[in-house]
Amino acid sequence: MELEELVEKFRMKDAKAFEKLYSMYADNICGVIFNIVKNTDIAQEICQDVFVKAWNNSESYNISKGRFFTWMLNIARNAAIDEVRSKSHKNSKQNLSSDFFVNILEDKNDLNAQVDTIGIKSLLTNLKEKCVQIIDLLYFKGYTQKEAAEELEIPIGTVKTRNRSCIAQIRGNIAI
Amino acid sequence: MDTEKYIASGILELYVAGILSEVENLDIARYAAEYPEIQNEIKAIEAAVLALTKAAAPKEGAQIHLAKVKAKIAAAEAPKVITLQPEKTNWSAYIGWAASILLAVGLFWMYTQNDTLKSNLDNSTQVNSALEEKIEEAKTSLEKTEELLSTIRDKNIQVVALGGQAVDPNSYAKAYWNKSEQKVFIDAQGLPEPPDGMVYQVWSLKLNPLTPTSMGLLEDFITDDTKVFALNNPNESEAFGITLEPAGGSETPNLEQLYTLGVVSS
Repeated sequence: MELEELVEKFRMKDAKAFEKLYSMYADNICGVIFNIVKNTDIAQEICQDVFVKAWNNSESYNISKGRFFTWMLNIARNAAIDEVRSKSHKNSKQNLSSDFFVNILEDKNDLNAQVDTIGIKSLLTNLKEKCVQIIDLLYFKGYTQKEAAEELEIPIGTVKTRNRSCIAQIRGNIAI
Repeated sequence: MDTEKYIASGILELYVAGILSEVENLDIARYAAEYPEIQNEIKAIEAAVLALTKAAAPKEGAQIHLAKVKAKIAAAEAPKVITLQPEKTNWSAYIGWAASILLAVGLFWMYTQNDTLKSNLDNSTQVNSALEEKIEEAKTSLEKTEELLSTIRDKNIQVVALGGQAVDPNSYAKAYWNKSEQKVFIDAQGLPEPPDGMVYQVWSLKLNPLTPTSMGLLEDFITDDTKVFALNNPNESEAFGITLEPAGGSETPNLEQLYTLGVVSS
């Protein structure tokens, strides 16, 4: 079934379509949330809530929100950031260092049980520190171009081009 | 459109990241529908991001939690079934509103009632005090009448009828003379009301020779209801006469205005 058709059925509250989309994107969404909240149990909890929210607001999705995954990505980041800003979470005092998602990826490398996951090492081959930073900000933390430029102290126009070349490297690594 | 240049700008990567505006998203969706190379580029970028984000997921993965998600959805929908009862809550809300409106109307009604009662009470109090005054007046007037009556009935009283004279033959008066107390009560009921600026004056007369002595004025003739006037009379009167005089009275009687005259019988 084509993604567009699946999403359209999901918008009409088709439970089967929802389950399919969940199986397609749950790990990704949970990965993004985990990267922000840095706690497996909390991440799983928020991840479930995000899909519940997506289901309850399914009719609000349309192409002005971008790709379906992108829409989910935005819901997930907002929920995770809300959690991090909440009082209970602040007590843990964990920072949002940009190298964290890399740590997660490297930690998982040895013990990864999932068969269809592309090898992390190969995924990150030759990926420079500045690529890790910009990908973390734009995809995992939802920074705008302007915010990312300020965070990384680079011109705003550079954000777009640097990000493109970094994504291109990952695409190249996937292809290998 | 130069799709190659467009793709190279890096905007599609930002599109997948979800950090563009809705207007930009719509533009890109339109280009993607029009240019397959843009659509394919977007899918390739998304695949890379999917690979990356999936690799960042917790080790146990998320797939096993679908049941929990379904349970949460069911739990969230369950209250909707309960919300079939809003009619009940609505009823109680309606009853509540109705009760409060009734209460407000009732309070207003009671307030107006209270106001009316208060003004009624005020009126009653006024009427009461007016009545009390009247009773008081009546009592006083009764006392006066009784006093008058007892005075007139006194055994020492000598009654002298004063007949009408040439000025007004129809007029008359009576004098009740208590010699021992040297008092005369003039009953002037039969005299016409004096014109403005004039007053009746009562005279004690000696007949041989004719010597008039003023006994006093019948002041406030018009307002005095009983028309009975008490005057001192230390004289050995042989007759009483009443004349009309200018206000304040006169030294000697104006006999042309002699209204009544009566001789004391010995």
